[in-house]
Amino acid sequence: MKIKAIAFNTFKEALRDRVLYLILFFAAVCIIFSRLLALLTVGDPVKIIMDVGLASLSFFGALMAILMGAGLVFKEIDKKTIYTTLSKPIHRYQFLLGKFFGLVLTLFIMLLLMSLIFLVLIYFHTFKIEWEILIAILFIFLELCLITSVAMLFSCFSTPILSSLFTLSFYIIGHSVWGLEEILIQKIKPGIGKILVQIIYHILPDLENFNFKTEIVHHLSIPSTIFLYSTLYAIFYTLFILVLAMLVFRKRDFI
Amino acid sequence: MTTVLTIKDLHKSFNIGFIPKKRKILKGISLSVEQGEIFGYLGPNGAGKTTTIKCILGLILPQKGKIEIFGNPHLALKAKEKIGFLPENPYFYDHLTASEFLDFYSQLYVMDKNKKEEKIKNLLQLVGLEQSAGLQLRKFSRGMMQRIGLAQALLNDPSLVFLDEPLGGLDPVGRKEIRDIIARLKEEGKTVFLCSHILQDIEMICDRVAIIVNGKIINQGALQDLISEKTHFTEVVFSGVDPREFESLAERLSDQSGRTLLKVFEEENVQKVLELIQSKKGKLHSLIPRTETLEDLFMEVVKQK
Repeated sequence: MKIKAIAFNTFKEALRDRVLYLILFFAAVCIIFSRLLALLTVGDPVKIIMDVGLASLSFFGALMAILMGAGLVFKEIDKKTIYTTLSKPIHRYQFLLGKFFGLVLTLFIMLLLMSLIFLVLIYFHTFKIEWEILIAILFIFLELCLITSVAMLFSCFSTPILSSLFTLSFYIIGHSVWGLEEILIQKIKPGIGKILVQIIYHILPDLENFNFKTEIVHHLSIPSTIFLYSTLYAIFYTLFILVLAMLVFRKRDFI
Repeated sequence: MTTVLTIKDLHKSFNIGFIPKKRKILKGISLSVEQGEIFGYLGPNGAGKTTTIKCILGLILPQKGKIEIFGNPHLALKAKEKIGFLPENPYFYDHLTASEFLDFYSQLYVMDKNKKEEKIKNLLQLVGLEQSAGLQLRKFSRGMMQRIGLAQALLNDPSLVFLDEPLGGLDPVGRKEIRDIIARLKEEGKTVFLCSHILQDIEMICDRVAIIVNGKIINQGALQDLISEKTHFTEVVFSGVDPREFESLAERLSDQSGRTLLKVFEEENVQKVLELIQSKKGKLHSLIPRTETLEDLFMEVVKQK
């Protein structure tokens, strides 16, 4: 109940934030722009719209999660609103979870709106609803949950600018870490160096686990075990980051 | 009397600066607050008043010491359910309207829905904001913020209320209204822990005070025990007599618009001054005996430290 109250307040606060609508506007423009791109490019226009649209959804969703998540806790401390809230009968972890779920709810609604524009655009071309797109969007959402938890962790001890940079680095590393395994590990000779790179590869987040855009756009079959693996990966990684955030937040003094 | 708040040997220090340097803020604070009293917590800027309150509320974790609220550890939800808090310079979620704001905080307590709505309405009325219930907090003046802050502090009908500088930023009318609300809280049997710089207000409403200087409590007790009721001097204002005639009896403080203000130290000299004014057919405008004030005591204690 208390987590719900904090979550809905965070949601309400986000909805009254102009930055959110600005990002939403650009996302909508990009999705619609994919139609223009489809006209100018050789190939199946529907595939191009789907490809550009899903990429827009993923990019602008991540932008929302980073920009809003980075200020999530810091803003409360900076504006001193946290003093009153934490003086009420509420545990610190409840506050943190409330903030997290509030932003996740905001991202869910925003993703829903973007998806709606996207699906309608595709409908005008194929005259049917491409339901499998929702699978790709679901995994984009899981990725956004993970990014939100990371942004919130940094927000517990750092300023919004630094938190945004750290989370952006997490995002970029997360989408390029596959290169370690596919390129670097194969080229390194067996030894300590190789073991070290392998350890780093397993510790670093692999956000490509949530990228099913190509498979969905080109109607490639995906084994259900991969879906299950990606879902569990998202849940456990997010939980791990949330626990870290709680540990940092538990010991913090609000001067 | 039941003790509602006990603080024993509270210590807190912070690491400050690029190369961290330990700075002790609280150096062994001990105090107790009894049920039903208005307890004034005084101290100059940077003495550790707000840090003490933040430690009590669990916003800052002390390095050493024990804090109990109604016999429970201060971080227990059971303790927090019985307290209310108005922070200094309150900043609240300014995207909410006044009633949304109170509704949000009421959700952090176990409260019946119908009772909740009635409570919010009554509180807005109590702090004089019923007309602004639908106004976003970002459009509130400082005084209005203070009022809505007081309303949220009273949402759970707390038995112990912490008010950090509740009278700051208010005009004289607003200050009187808040003072009246604090006095009413006492009448209802609630305990008030009041932190303030405005000594006049503390003197007017507090039963007991503690003075904190440089992280240590220097003096604490009932106001009447701390301040002596002995007259220190008497101020006499008169006109129609040459002030030079009083030179041997009193100290002349000012001469304005034909009126003279004298500071008379001895009781017998006061009598002599009055007789002289009468015999010279002068006019006596006022005669005020000055006893020790909380300000005198405060200044003395701060100076000593």
